Amino acid sequence: MTTIDTPLDVEAIRKDFPVLHQEVRPGMPLIYLDNAATSQKPLRVIEKMNDYYCRYNANVHRGIHKLSEDATLAYEGARKKIQKFINAGSSREVIYTRGTTEGINLVAYTWGRANLGPGDVVISTAMEHHANIVPWQILAQEKGFAIKYIPVTEDGFLDMESFHAMLDEHVKLVTLMHVSNVLGTINPIQEIIAAAHSVGALALIDGAQSVPHLSIDVQELDCDFFAFSSHKMLGPTGVGILYGKKEHLETMPPFMGGGDMIKRVTLDGSQWNDLPWKFEAGTPSIAEAIGLGEAVDYLSEIGMDNIHAHEVAITGYALERLAEVPGVRLLGPADPALKGAVAAMVLEDAHAHDIAEILNHHGIAIRAGHHCAMPLHQRYEVAASARASFYLYNTPGEVDRLIEALYKVKETFAV
Amino acid sequence: MDDLYREMILEHFKNPRHKGLISPADIDYAEDNPVCGDHLHLTIQLDDNNIVQNVGWDGEGCAISQASASMLYEGLIGKSLEEIRIIDKQAILELLGIDLSAARIKCALLSLKVLKAGAYGLTTWPGDED
Repeated sequence: MTTIDTPLDVEAIRKDFPVLHQEVRPGMPLIYLDNAATSQKPLRVIEKMNDYYCRYNANVHRGIHKLSEDATLAYEGARKKIQKFINAGSSREVIYTRGTTEGINLVAYTWGRANLGPGDVVISTAMEHHANIVPWQILAQEKGFAIKYIPVTEDGFLDMESFHAMLDEHVKLVTLMHVSNVLGTINPIQEIIAAAHSVGALALIDGAQSVPHLSIDVQELDCDFFAFSSHKMLGPTGVGILYGKKEHLETMPPFMGGGDMIKRVTLDGSQWNDLPWKFEAGTPSIAEAIGLGEAVDYLSEIGMDNIHAHEVAITGYALERLAEVPGVRLLGPADPALKGAVAAMVLEDAHAHDIAEILNHHGIAIRAGHHCAMPLHQRYEVAASARASFYLYNTPGEVDRLIEALYKVKETFAV
Repeated sequence: MDDLYREMILEHFKNPRHKGLISPADIDYAEDNPVCGDHLHLTIQLDDNNIVQNVGWDGEGCAISQASASMLYEGLIGKSLEEIRIIDKQAILELLGIDLSAARIKCALLSLKVLKAGAYGLTTWPGDED
């Protein structure tokens, strides 16, 4: 049996995830390598949400009754857990959203709409997920500011020289991903945030692919905004977090209007609620927020540094084995210590969709396509790539099965 | 799966017919399948009676999308626009002769979608028309 040097007891961890114990077809156990798209959920997260629905389902922040009090306590308790998990200075800086996409849109539609105009520049990157490109393109049409993109080098890093050359007093925001969902590149965000601040610009970080895998300290990073999703970090879908510095959140106009985000409403006007509720109009995803709190507990108990060490080991093993397969071209950094747990590849003469289809036949779940990063694929002149992405429950034996199945792809297409 | 990648499909994928755009073209249309990034560009020359004289296409994508384009477009030559109009989703599936999952059906139908959009301005997915 293949082994890697990991601090995790992976077999014990796998027992916590009910979905992993199934055969996709007879004799083909599920090998789940699509974690960058969404992670699986441990039983205790599922049970935590079940418990809310079975014992204390009620709306939050309103009812003067036992169930509503319990629900509010659990919902706000989860917020405090998340605050601690990313080391935010205050739980008022932790806003529940539907996910990373909504977090970025929230900043665009509130801070962006109030602060950007003709002559201003927003800097993003050519490796971004569409969620961090499209909201700014939409807003730029309305407000008339310019968007510049930091180019990506052949080996998958941001061209920092170009970035520094772009910086001047016109730049109002630098917005980028912490970890690339395709290349896996861990971007030097600390340096980028400091450089943005040096010209008076704010910095927004898309942490969708970093919070699940790396220890995050938003105060140390000194970012102005940091957005991420629950479902990629063992939590449920439908909830995410936008962290924002209080000084910005307080002056920003609200995002959506409705219940819970107001203090007082008259027919002539309204007064906004305090942070963070000013940005949380309507009944939120209560069960999901509580579930995310449980996922954060689970991750913290295992330890983010241990998870990262496991991922470096398994990604390193995967990159090593993939490099042995003739015809495979890997995208992104070759050193597993410099990247997230992602291996995106192009196989000569076999389209990514066909690779995924044949792998699926062998019980292996990967993602094929452009992974919501079309400009990045244009950069590398490939229409699509096949992406295997790993998490704390993946084993080197699963990597071996991936490699075997890739040889079947090569057989079919005679690559 | 062996059915999915049956020989004829792989053969068309590896040796696509009429690949390469033609100019001047009476019909010239390109489209992507945003789900997977498949791309097809179709050019057609017609004679005075609206009969297809020549076809050329270019594209990138999975075996299903590219083989479907090769097989469909090859068969257009000599047909009138009227005859082509009746080609439907079912005809493509029969042409390919395979069972496709919901996720892959658009790969198979992109060729027909591009043809119908280019020739008749019909932009809905084949099979989704009302």
